[in-house]
Amino acid sequence: MDQTGRSLISLEGLDREDILWLLGHAAQFEANPNRKILDGKIVATLFFEPSTRTRLSFETAVNRLGGRVIGFSDAATTSSSKGETLKDTIMMVSNYADLIIMRHYLEGAARYASEVSPVPIINAGDGANQHPSQTMLDLYSMLKTQGSLDDLNIYLVGDLKYGRTVHSMLTAMRFFNPKFHFISPDELKMPDEYKEYCRKHNISFEEHSRFDEETIADADILYMTRVQRERFTDLMEYERVKDMFILKNDMLRSAKPNLKILHPLPRVNEIAQDVDSNEHAYYFQQAKNGLYVREALICNALNLLK
Amino acid sequence: MEKTGKSELLVAALQNGTVIDHIPSDKVFDVVNLLGLTNIDTPITIGSNLSSRKMKSKGIIKIADRYFTEEECGKLSVIAPNIVLNIIRDYEVIEKKMIAMPDEVRGIVKCGNPKCITNHEPMQTIFDVVDKENGTLRCRYCNKDVHKDNIKLL
Ligand SMILES: [Zn+2]
Repeated sequence: MDQTGRSLISLEGLDREDILWLLGHAAQFEANPNRKILDGKIVATLFFEPSTRTRLSFETAVNRLGGRVIGFSDAATTSSSKGETLKDTIMMVSNYADLIIMRHYLEGAARYASEVSPVPIINAGDGANQHPSQTMLDLYSMLKTQGSLDDLNIYLVGDLKYGRTVHSMLTAMRFFNPKFHFISPDELKMPDEYKEYCRKHNISFEEHSRFDEETIADADILYMTRVQRERFTDLMEYERVKDMFILKNDMLRSAKPNLKILHPLPRVNEIAQDVDSNEHAYYFQQAKNGLYVREALICNALNLLK
Repeated sequence: MEKTGKSELLVAALQNGTVIDHIPSDKVFDVVNLLGLTNIDTPITIGSNLSSRKMKSKGIIKIADRYFTEEECGKLSVIAPNIVLNIIRDYEVIEKKMIAMPDEVRGIVKCGNPKCITNHEPMQTIFDVVDKENGTLRCRYCNKDVHKDNIKLL
Protein backbone atom coordinates (compact mmCIF):
# COMPACT_ATOMS: atom_id res chain seq x y z
CA MET A 1 0.00 0.00 0.00
CA ASP A 2 1.26 3.44 -0.83
CA GLN A 3 0.44 4.80 2.63
CA THR A 4 2.86 2.49 4.41
CA GLY A 5 5.20 4.38 6.65
CA ARG A 6 3.66 7.60 5.56
CA SER A 7 1.18 10.17 6.70
CA LEU A 8 -2.50 9.32 7.00
CA ILE A 9 -4.49 12.34 5.86
CA SER A 10 -7.60 10.75 4.39
CA LEU A 11 -8.70 7.28 3.34
CA GLU A 12 -8.87 8.36 -0.28
CA GLY A 13 -5.73 6.49 -1.34
CA LEU A 14 -6.61 3.19 0.36
CA ASP A 15 -8.08 0.30 -1.59
CA ARG A 16 -9.98 -2.75 -0.38
CA GLU A 17 -6.84 -4.71 0.47
CA ASP A 18 -5.27 -1.79 2.34
CA ILE A 19 -8.37 -1.32 4.48
CA LEU A 20 -8.72 -5.02 5.32
CA TRP A 21 -5.00 -5.26 6.02
CA LEU A 22 -5.13 -2.38 8.51
CA LEU A 23 -8.28 -3.76 10.14
CA GLY A 24 -6.57 -7.14 10.42
CA HIS A 25 -3.78 -5.48 12.36
CA ALA A 26 -6.33 -3.71 14.55
CA ALA A 27 -7.75 -7.14 15.41
CA GLN A 28 -4.27 -8.29 16.42
CA PHE A 29 -3.95 -5.27 18.69
CA GLU A 30 -7.31 -6.06 20.21
CA ALA A 31 -6.09 -9.58 20.98
CA ASN A 32 -2.91 -8.16 22.48
CA PRO A 33 -3.16 -4.39 23.06
CA ASN A 34 -0.10 -3.97 25.30
CA ARG A 35 3.07 -4.44 23.34
CA LYS A 36 6.27 -2.47 23.70
CA ILE A 37 6.72 -1.82 20.01
CA LEU A 38 6.90 1.97 20.43
CA ASP A 39 9.69 1.69 23.00
CA GLY A 40 11.93 4.74 22.58
CA LYS A 41 9.50 6.54 20.27
CA ILE A 42 8.03 9.97 20.97
CA VAL A 43 4.67 10.85 19.52
CA ALA A 44 3.35 14.42 19.51
CA THR A 45 -0.37 15.06 19.81
CA LEU A 46 -1.06 18.60 18.58
CA PHE A 47 -4.68 19.55 19.18
CA PHE A 48 -5.18 23.04 17.77
CA GLU A 49 -8.83 22.41 18.51
CA PRO A 50 -9.77 20.56 21.68
CA SER A 51 -11.21 17.05 21.32
CA THR A 52 -10.74 15.19 24.56
CA ARG A 53 -12.26 11.96 23.30
CA THR A 54 -10.05 11.62 20.24
CA ARG A 55 -6.93 12.81 22.03
CA LEU A 56 -7.33 10.35 24.91
CA SER A 57 -7.86 7.51 22.47
CA PHE A 58 -4.68 8.31 20.54
CA GLU A 59 -2.62 8.95 23.67
CA THR A 60 -3.81 5.73 25.27
CA ALA A 61 -2.82 3.89 22.11
CA VAL A 62 0.73 5.32 22.30
CA ASN A 63 1.00 4.59 26.01
CA ARG A 64 -0.20 1.00 25.68
CA LEU A 65 2.47 0.43 23.03
CA GLY A 66 5.22 1.79 25.27
CA GLY A 67 5.76 5.12 23.51
CA ARG A 68 5.87 8.57 25.05
CA VAL A 69 3.60 11.50 24.34
CA ILE A 70 4.31 15.22 24.09
CA GLY A 71 1.97 17.93 22.84
CA PHE A 72 -0.88 20.24 23.68
CA SER A 73 -4.62 19.89 23.93
CA ASP A 74 -5.72 23.41 23.07
CA ALA A 75 -4.22 25.96 20.70
CA ALA A 76 -4.85 28.76 23.21
CA THR A 77 -1.83 27.51 25.14
CA THR A 78 0.57 27.47 22.20
CA SER A 79 2.52 29.97 20.18
CA SER A 80 0.05 29.61 17.30
CA SER A 81 -2.18 31.83 19.38
CA LYS A 82 0.64 34.39 19.10
CA GLY A 83 0.47 34.22 15.33
CA GLU A 84 3.01 31.49 14.62
CA THR A 85 2.29 29.73 11.33
CA LEU A 86 1.25 26.10 11.28
CA LYS A 87 4.38 25.36 9.27
CA ASP A 88 6.65 26.77 11.98
CA THR A 89 4.87 24.82 14.71
CA ILE A 90 5.17 21.59 12.71
CA MET A 91 8.87 22.20 11.92
CA MET A 92 9.61 22.84 15.60
CA VAL A 93 7.75 19.78 16.87
CA SER A 94 9.19 17.50 14.20
CA ASN A 95 12.61 18.20 15.75
CA TYR A 96 11.43 16.30 18.82
CA ALA A 97 8.85 13.73 17.75
CA ASP A 98 8.88 10.64 15.51
CA LEU A 99 5.23 11.09 14.57
CA ILE A 100 2.73 13.94 14.79
CA ILE A 101 -0.96 13.34 15.43
CA MET A 102 -2.85 16.54 14.85
CA ARG A 103 -6.33 17.97 15.00
CA HIS A 104 -7.03 21.38 13.53
CA TYR A 105 -10.08 23.59 13.03
CA LEU A 106 -8.96 24.50 9.49
CA GLU A 107 -9.70 22.21 6.56
CA GLY A 108 -6.65 20.91 4.76
CA ALA A 109 -4.36 21.68 7.71
CA ALA A 110 -3.19 18.07 8.02
CA ARG A 111 -2.42 17.74 4.33
CA TYR A 112 -0.38 20.92 4.41
CA ALA A 113 1.43 19.76 7.55
CA SER A 114 2.30 16.47 5.84
CA GLU A 115 3.84 18.41 2.95
CA VAL A 116 6.17 20.42 5.15
CA SER A 117 6.88 17.87 7.89
CA PRO A 118 9.89 15.55 7.80
CA VAL A 119 8.02 13.11 10.11
CA PRO A 120 4.70 11.42 9.29
CA ILE A 121 1.40 13.09 10.18
CA ILE A 122 -1.83 11.41 11.26
CA ASN A 123 -4.92 13.52 10.72
CA ALA A 124 -7.10 13.39 13.82
CA GLY A 125 -9.68 15.67 12.22
CA ASP A 126 -9.37 18.84 10.12
CA GLY A 127 -12.50 20.95 10.43
CA ALA A 128 -15.42 19.50 8.50
CA ASN A 129 -13.06 17.75 6.12
CA GLN A 130 -11.54 14.38 7.13
CA HIS A 131 -11.28 12.21 10.21
CA PRO A 132 -9.84 8.95 8.90
CA SER A 133 -9.31 7.18 12.23
CA GLN A 134 -13.02 7.63 13.05
CA THR A 135 -14.00 6.03 9.75
CA MET A 136 -11.54 3.19 10.28
CA LEU A 137 -12.99 2.44 13.70
CA ASP A 138 -16.50 2.51 12.22
CA LEU A 139 -15.40 -0.02 9.61
CA TYR A 140 -13.65 -2.11 12.23
CA SER A 141 -16.83 -2.17 14.34
CA MET A 142 -18.87 -3.31 11.35
CA LEU A 143 -16.36 -5.96 10.36
CA LYS A 144 -16.10 -7.28 13.90
CA THR A 145 -19.86 -7.49 14.51
CA GLN A 146 -20.93 -8.66 11.06
CA GLY A 147 -18.00 -10.95 10.24
CA SER A 148 -17.50 -9.25 6.86
CA LEU A 149 -17.79 -5.82 5.31
CA ASP A 150 -19.36 -7.20 2.14
CA ASP A 151 -23.02 -6.73 1.16
CA LEU A 152 -24.18 -4.92 4.30
CA ASN A 153 -27.47 -3.06 4.68
CA ILE A 154 -26.35 0.20 6.26
CA TYR A 155 -28.85 2.80 7.53
CA LEU A 156 -27.49 6.30 8.05
CA VAL A 157 -29.75 8.39 10.26
CA GLY A 158 -29.80 12.06 11.24
CA ASP A 159 -27.64 14.84 9.86
CA LEU A 160 -26.54 13.51 6.49
CA LYS A 161 -25.80 16.96 5.11
CA TYR A 162 -22.98 18.08 7.37
CA GLY A 163 -22.05 14.75 8.97
CA ARG A 164 -18.47 14.19 7.95
CA THR A 165 -18.43 10.63 9.32
CA VAL A 166 -21.28 9.51 7.08
CA HIS A 167 -19.63 10.99 4.01
CA SER A 168 -16.32 9.24 4.60
CA MET A 169 -18.19 6.02 5.31
CA LEU A 170 -19.78 6.19 1.86
CA THR A 171 -16.44 6.56 0.14
CA ALA A 172 -14.59 3.98 2.22
CA MET A 173 -17.35 1.38 1.71
CA ARG A 174 -17.28 1.64 -2.09
CA PHE A 175 -15.20 -1.55 -2.27
CA PHE A 176 -17.68 -3.66 -0.32
CA ASN A 177 -20.97 -3.56 -2.24
CA PRO A 178 -23.08 -2.00 0.50
CA LYS A 179 -26.74 -1.02 0.28
CA PHE A 180 -27.19 2.35 1.95
CA HIS A 181 -30.38 3.82 3.35
CA PHE A 182 -30.52 7.53 4.09
CA ILE A 183 -32.94 8.70 6.77
CA SER A 184 -32.90 12.39 7.60
CA PRO A 185 -34.97 15.56 7.97
CA ASP A 186 -35.51 17.35 4.67
CA GLU A 187 -33.11 20.15 5.58
CA LEU A 188 -30.30 17.72 6.35
CA LYS A 189 -30.59 15.33 3.42
CA MET A 190 -27.59 13.64 1.84
CA PRO A 191 -26.11 16.24 -0.55
CA ASP A 192 -26.43 15.61 -4.27
CA GLU A 193 -22.68 15.38 -4.76
CA TYR A 194 -22.57 12.28 -2.53
CA LYS A 195 -25.57 10.71 -4.23
CA GLU A 196 -23.79 11.36 -7.50
CA TYR A 197 -20.69 9.71 -6.04
CA CYS A 198 -22.78 6.63 -5.16
CA ARG A 199 -24.19 6.38 -8.67
CA LYS A 200 -20.75 6.74 -10.18
CA HIS A 201 -19.37 3.96 -7.99
CA ASN A 202 -22.40 1.67 -8.30
CA ILE A 203 -23.28 2.01 -4.63
CA SER A 204 -26.99 1.44 -4.24
CA PHE A 205 -28.97 3.68 -1.92
CA GLU A 206 -32.51 4.50 -0.98
CA GLU A 207 -33.86 7.59 0.76
CA HIS A 208 -36.50 7.46 3.48
CA SER A 209 -38.31 10.24 5.27
CA ARG A 210 -39.80 8.06 8.00
CA PHE A 211 -37.72 6.65 10.83
CA ASP A 212 -39.71 3.81 12.35
CA GLU A 213 -39.67 0.12 13.22
CA GLU A 214 -40.69 -0.97 9.75
CA THR A 215 -38.16 1.12 7.85
CA ILE A 216 -35.17 -0.19 9.80
CA ALA A 217 -36.28 -3.83 10.09
CA ASP A 218 -33.83 -4.90 7.39
CA ALA A 219 -30.78 -3.13 8.80
CA ASP A 220 -27.45 -4.78 9.58
CA ILE A 221 -26.00 -1.47 10.75
CA LEU A 222 -27.89 1.52 12.10
CA TYR A 223 -25.54 4.49 12.13
CA MET A 224 -26.98 7.33 14.21
CA THR A 225 -25.76 10.94 14.15
CA ARG A 226 -26.73 14.10 15.96
CA VAL A 227 -29.40 16.41 14.61
CA GLN A 228 -28.13 19.75 15.85
CA ARG A 229 -30.31 22.80 16.26
CA GLU A 230 -27.70 25.15 14.80
CA ARG A 231 -27.76 23.27 11.49
CA PHE A 232 -31.28 24.45 10.73
CA THR A 233 -32.03 27.67 8.91
CA ASP A 234 -35.67 27.27 9.86
CA LEU A 235 -36.06 26.78 13.61
CA MET A 236 -39.76 25.95 13.24
CA GLU A 237 -38.64 23.08 11.07
CA TYR A 238 -36.19 21.99 13.75
CA GLU A 239 -38.92 21.98 16.39
CA ARG A 240 -41.12 19.97 14.07
CA VAL A 241 -38.60 17.23 13.24
CA LYS A 242 -36.31 17.08 16.28
CA ASP A 243 -38.15 14.17 17.89
CA MET A 244 -38.70 12.28 14.66
CA PHE A 245 -35.12 11.08 14.40
CA ILE A 246 -34.66 9.71 17.88
CA LEU A 247 -34.07 5.98 18.20
CA LYS A 248 -36.32 4.45 20.86
CA ASN A 249 -36.15 0.98 22.27
CA ASP A 250 -39.50 -0.18 20.91
CA MET A 251 -38.38 0.60 17.36
CA LEU A 252 -36.00 -2.35 17.60
CA ARG A 253 -38.64 -5.07 18.06
CA SER A 254 -38.43 -6.26 14.44
CA ALA A 255 -34.67 -5.80 14.13
CA LYS A 256 -32.50 -8.52 12.60
CA PRO A 257 -30.55 -10.46 15.26
CA ASN A 258 -27.22 -9.22 13.89
CA LEU A 259 -28.21 -5.52 13.89
CA LYS A 260 -25.73 -3.22 15.60
CA ILE A 261 -26.31 0.43 16.45
CA LEU A 262 -23.33 2.71 15.93
CA HIS A 263 -22.82 6.36 16.81
CA PRO A 264 -19.62 8.45 16.52
CA LEU A 265 -20.34 10.01 19.98
CA PRO A 266 -20.87 12.24 21.81
CA ARG A 267 -24.58 11.55 21.83
CA VAL A 268 -27.12 14.15 22.87
CA ASN A 269 -30.64 12.74 22.75
CA GLU A 270 -30.83 10.98 19.40
CA ILE A 271 -30.60 7.57 21.07
CA ALA A 272 -32.95 7.12 24.02
CA GLN A 273 -31.20 6.04 27.22
CA ASP A 274 -33.12 2.75 27.43
CA VAL A 275 -31.54 1.63 24.15
CA ASP A 276 -28.17 1.41 25.94
CA SER A 277 -29.03 -1.92 27.51
CA ASN A 278 -30.48 -3.35 24.29
CA GLU A 279 -28.30 -6.12 22.84
CA HIS A 280 -28.18 -4.21 19.56
CA ALA A 281 -26.49 -1.18 21.13
CA TYR A 282 -22.82 -1.09 20.20
CA TYR A 283 -21.69 2.55 20.42
CA PHE A 284 -19.62 2.24 23.57
CA GLN A 285 -17.74 -0.81 22.30
CA GLN A 286 -17.35 1.06 19.03
CA ALA A 287 -15.51 3.85 20.85
CA LYS A 288 -13.31 1.26 22.55
CA ASN A 289 -12.46 -0.25 19.17
CA GLY A 290 -10.97 3.13 18.32
CA LEU A 291 -8.03 2.27 20.57
CA TYR A 292 -7.05 -0.84 18.59
CA VAL A 293 -7.57 0.85 15.26
CA ARG A 294 -5.40 3.78 16.35
CA GLU A 295 -2.69 1.42 17.58
CA ALA A 296 -2.63 -0.03 14.07
CA LEU A 297 -2.67 3.38 12.36
CA ILE A 298 0.16 4.71 14.55
CA CYS A 299 2.36 1.68 13.91
CA ASN A 300 1.58 1.83 10.21
CA ALA A 301 2.60 5.49 10.05
CA LEU A 302 5.92 4.54 11.66
CA ASN A 303 6.35 1.61 9.29
CA LEU A 304 6.26 -0.91 12.12
CA LEU A 305 3.60 -3.27 10.74
CA LYS A 306 4.69 -6.38 8.90
CA MET B 1 -13.68 32.94 -36.20
CA GLU B 2 -15.54 36.19 -36.25
CA LYS B 3 -14.05 39.07 -38.13
CA THR B 4 -15.25 42.52 -37.29
CA GLY B 5 -13.40 45.37 -38.91
CA LYS B 6 -12.09 46.54 -35.56
CA SER B 7 -10.50 43.32 -34.47
CA GLU B 8 -9.02 42.69 -37.89
CA LEU B 9 -7.43 46.03 -37.69
CA LEU B 10 -5.96 45.26 -34.30
CA VAL B 11 -4.58 41.95 -35.54
CA ALA B 12 -3.24 43.36 -38.75
CA ALA B 13 -1.37 46.12 -37.02
CA LEU B 14 1.00 43.71 -35.32
CA GLN B 15 4.16 42.56 -37.05
CA ASN B 16 5.26 39.89 -34.60
CA GLY B 17 3.71 38.79 -31.35
CA THR B 18 0.49 37.49 -29.86
CA VAL B 19 -3.08 38.65 -30.14
CA ILE B 20 -5.27 37.33 -27.37
CA ASP B 21 -8.83 37.35 -28.64
CA HIS B 22 -12.29 36.53 -27.30
CA ILE B 23 -11.57 37.66 -23.77
CA PRO B 24 -14.78 38.38 -21.85
CA SER B 25 -14.73 42.16 -21.31
CA ASP B 26 -14.79 41.85 -17.54
CA LYS B 27 -11.75 39.52 -17.58
CA VAL B 28 -9.38 41.67 -19.60
CA PHE B 29 -7.45 42.90 -16.61
CA ASP B 30 -7.39 39.42 -15.06
CA VAL B 31 -5.55 38.32 -18.20
CA VAL B 32 -3.18 41.27 -17.88
CA ASN B 33 -2.39 40.24 -14.31
CA LEU B 34 -2.13 36.48 -14.93
CA LEU B 35 0.34 36.92 -17.75
CA GLY B 36 2.28 39.56 -15.87
CA LEU B 37 1.86 42.01 -18.75
CA THR B 38 2.58 44.98 -16.53
CA ASN B 39 6.19 43.78 -16.43
CA ILE B 40 6.67 43.58 -20.17
CA ASP B 41 8.39 46.44 -21.96
CA THR B 42 7.33 45.70 -25.57
CA PRO B 43 4.28 47.55 -26.93
CA ILE B 44 0.91 46.32 -25.67
CA THR B 45 -2.51 47.38 -26.90
CA ILE B 46 -5.53 46.60 -24.79
CA GLY B 47 -9.03 46.79 -26.21
CA SER B 48 -12.16 46.24 -24.22
CA ASN B 49 -15.94 46.41 -24.73
CA LEU B 50 -15.49 45.65 -28.43
CA SER B 51 -18.46 44.27 -30.30
CA SER B 52 -18.39 40.62 -31.18
CA ARG B 53 -20.74 38.29 -32.98
CA LYS B 54 -19.94 35.40 -30.64
CA MET B 55 -20.07 37.21 -27.33
CA LYS B 56 -21.93 40.17 -25.92
CA SER B 57 -18.73 42.16 -25.87
CA LYS B 58 -15.15 41.14 -25.82
CA GLY B 59 -11.66 42.25 -25.12
CA ILE B 60 -8.51 41.91 -27.15
CA ILE B 61 -4.91 42.23 -26.02
CA LYS B 62 -2.16 42.65 -28.52
CA ILE B 63 1.41 42.09 -27.36
CA ALA B 64 4.32 42.79 -29.66
CA ASP B 65 7.29 40.40 -29.82
CA ARG B 66 6.06 38.11 -27.13
CA TYR B 67 4.84 34.47 -27.25
CA PHE B 68 3.41 32.47 -24.40
CA THR B 69 4.17 29.00 -23.08
CA GLU B 70 1.63 26.21 -22.64
CA GLU B 71 1.78 26.80 -18.91
CA GLU B 72 0.98 30.47 -19.25
CA CYS B 73 -1.89 29.64 -21.60
CA GLY B 74 -3.18 27.04 -19.16
CA LYS B 75 -3.53 29.71 -16.51
CA LEU B 76 -5.88 31.65 -18.75
CA SER B 77 -8.23 28.68 -19.12
CA VAL B 78 -9.20 29.15 -15.51
CA ILE B 79 -10.77 32.54 -16.10
CA ALA B 80 -11.86 32.34 -19.71
CA PRO B 81 -11.75 28.94 -21.42
CA ASN B 82 -12.74 30.28 -24.86
CA ILE B 83 -9.84 32.65 -25.27
CA VAL B 84 -7.91 32.27 -28.53
CA LEU B 85 -4.26 33.19 -28.95
CA ASN B 86 -3.30 34.30 -32.43
CA ILE B 87 0.39 33.85 -33.05
CA ILE B 88 1.58 36.53 -35.44
CA ARG B 89 4.75 36.44 -37.49
CA ASP B 90 5.43 38.97 -40.19
CA TYR B 91 1.83 40.32 -40.08
CA GLU B 92 0.40 36.82 -40.64
CA VAL B 93 -1.59 34.72 -38.19
CA ILE B 94 0.50 31.56 -38.35
CA GLU B 95 -1.33 29.73 -35.57
CA LYS B 96 -4.56 30.00 -33.63
CA LYS B 97 -4.07 28.46 -30.22
CA MET B 98 -7.12 27.32 -28.31
CA ILE B 99 -6.30 27.01 -24.67
CA ALA B 100 -6.78 23.78 -22.76
CA MET B 101 -7.61 23.28 -19.11
CA PRO B 102 -4.53 21.92 -17.33
CA ASP B 103 -4.80 18.99 -14.87
CA GLU B 104 -3.90 21.18 -11.95
CA VAL B 105 -3.86 24.89 -11.23
CA ARG B 106 -1.21 26.22 -8.87
CA GLY B 107 -1.06 29.53 -7.12
CA ILE B 108 -3.63 31.47 -9.19
CA VAL B 109 -7.04 30.71 -7.74
CA LYS B 110 -8.22 31.57 -4.25
CA CYS B 111 -10.12 28.89 -2.35
CA GLY B 112 -13.64 30.07 -1.60
CA ASN B 113 -13.80 28.18 1.70
CA PRO B 114 -13.02 30.61 4.53
CA LYS B 115 -12.04 27.65 6.74
CA CYS B 116 -9.51 26.34 4.23
CA ILE B 117 -5.89 26.27 5.42
CA THR B 118 -4.80 28.05 2.21
CA ASN B 119 -6.60 31.18 3.38
CA HIS B 120 -4.66 31.23 6.67
CA GLU B 121 -1.10 30.16 5.89
CA PRO B 122 1.47 31.80 3.62
CA MET B 123 1.25 28.98 1.09
CA GLN B 124 0.40 28.25 -2.53
CA THR B 125 -3.09 27.07 -3.47
CA ILE B 126 -3.39 23.91 -5.59
CA PHE B 127 -6.56 22.88 -7.39
CA ASP B 128 -7.15 19.68 -9.29
CA VAL B 129 -9.27 20.12 -12.38
CA VAL B 130 -11.85 17.41 -11.74
CA ASP B 131 -14.16 18.25 -14.64
CA LYS B 132 -12.56 19.86 -17.67
CA GLU B 133 -15.78 20.12 -19.64
CA ASN B 134 -17.71 22.01 -17.00
CA GLY B 135 -14.65 23.68 -15.52
CA THR B 136 -14.81 22.35 -11.96
CA LEU B 137 -11.76 22.72 -9.76
CA ARG B 138 -11.25 20.95 -6.42
CA CYS B 139 -9.06 22.40 -3.71
CA ARG B 140 -6.42 19.81 -2.90
CA TYR B 141 -6.43 20.88 0.74
CA CYS B 142 -10.05 21.25 1.82
CA ASN B 143 -11.61 19.23 -1.05
CA LYS B 144 -14.19 21.90 -1.79
CA ASP B 145 -15.21 22.36 -5.43
CA VAL B 146 -15.33 25.65 -7.24
CA HIS B 147 -16.93 26.22 -10.63
CA LYS B 148 -15.11 28.35 -13.19
CA ASP B 149 -17.86 30.97 -13.11
CA ASN B 150 -17.27 31.58 -9.41
CA ILE B 151 -13.51 31.60 -9.42
CA LYS B 152 -11.70 34.34 -7.52
CA LEU B 153 -8.10 35.03 -8.38
CA LEU B 154 -5.43 35.55 -5.76
ZN1 LIG C 1 -9.57 24.93 0.04
